[in-house]
Amino acid sequence: MAMLEALSPTKTPARWQDFVLLLKPRVMSLVVFTALTGLVCSGQPMHPLLAVVAILCIAVGAGASGALNMWYDADIDGQMRRTRGRPVPSGKVQGADALTLGVVLSLFSVMLMIMAVNWLAAALLAFTILFYAVVYTMWLKRWTAQNIVIGGLAGALPPVIGWAAATGTAPLNAWLLCAIIFMWTPPHFWALSLYTSEDYAKAGVPMMPVVKGAKSTRLQILVYSLLLIPVCVAPAFTGLGGAAYLGVSSVGGAVFLLLAFRLYRSNAGEAADPRNDDGLYDVRAGARDARNLFAFSILYLSLLFATLLGEHLAGATPLELFR
Amino acid sequence: MSDPTREAESFAKARRGRNIVLALGLIAFVVIVFMVTVVRLGASVIDRPL
Repeated sequence: MAMLEALSPTKTPARWQDFVLLLKPRVMSLVVFTALTGLVCSGQPMHPLLAVVAILCIAVGAGASGALNMWYDADIDGQMRRTRGRPVPSGKVQGADALTLGVVLSLFSVMLMIMAVNWLAAALLAFTILFYAVVYTMWLKRWTAQNIVIGGLAGALPPVIGWAAATGTAPLNAWLLCAIIFMWTPPHFWALSLYTSEDYAKAGVPMMPVVKGAKSTRLQILVYSLLLIPVCVAPAFTGLGGAAYLGVSSVGGAVFLLLAFRLYRSNAGEAADPRNDDGLYDVRAGARDARNLFAFSILYLSLLFATLLGEHLAGATPLELFR
Repeated sequence: MSDPTREAESFAKARRGRNIVLALGLIAFVVIVFMVTVVRLGASVIDRPL
């Protein structure tokens, strides 16, 4: 870290936009979306201002953990093509400034959540920030190939925080939303890592394809996909999802499984032909299936949460098949 | 060779931008805390012994 900062070209003045980039706006938007779904699905009316403040706290907390992640990971970010343009490794923002921003925003978001919403939501938010910044970033990411499996919990918690913000409780259905994102994370990230594994290997990050090889990764993607689909369909049977959700989760799940199976049968992630100096996201022959699953996984998760959100906003009746 | 005057100008411009955004953020925080206080307390503010 310190050596990298000493070597980095920090002569460019940091603009406010560079500090916004530290908050990982794209991740933040996904967190807002899933947290809002949890809040709305709880069915508990909430004062609009307090609902906005709750979502704002979750968004700022997610941004804070992103800044802490960029501060700590500047050394490995600087070695990967996907991340070397980030504000800290590119020298636009000093590491210490990223750390300060992360800590200050973490404290502000949790304290405002305590004051405006409730203790459970604030505690879950604090846990999420600590889990992502400390457990995932500082420990799991550089230590085990299971890094994104366990670390995925941080990304999966926002709907539970949203639910807790509205009700002060975290019932089974809230944790079901958490389970969907948790089980979705491994096939999603491993599909991506199958065609970016060279970068991870260079940076010494023990992603699954680097540690266990492409074939084992493709098998694990298939296994996780088989486990994921029942979890995604489950809300239709617990009083959370309606007929539209059952349709979307089932049809989308079938497509997900088909793509996972195709990926398993492919040679994605196998050693690339050294004669082709491809760009980072250029798809080599065998990696097309990995890219297809990666892209569809984003669409599938978005559709699941959008359908739940739409159904609850429209007042659609849940199926309650086994309730 | 970079021009020191232009470099100083770009530093000043970047700093000014950061300061404006920081000020707006702080103002927004104060407004949010005020509004949350009003919503949370509601009518209880006047419902107290004098």
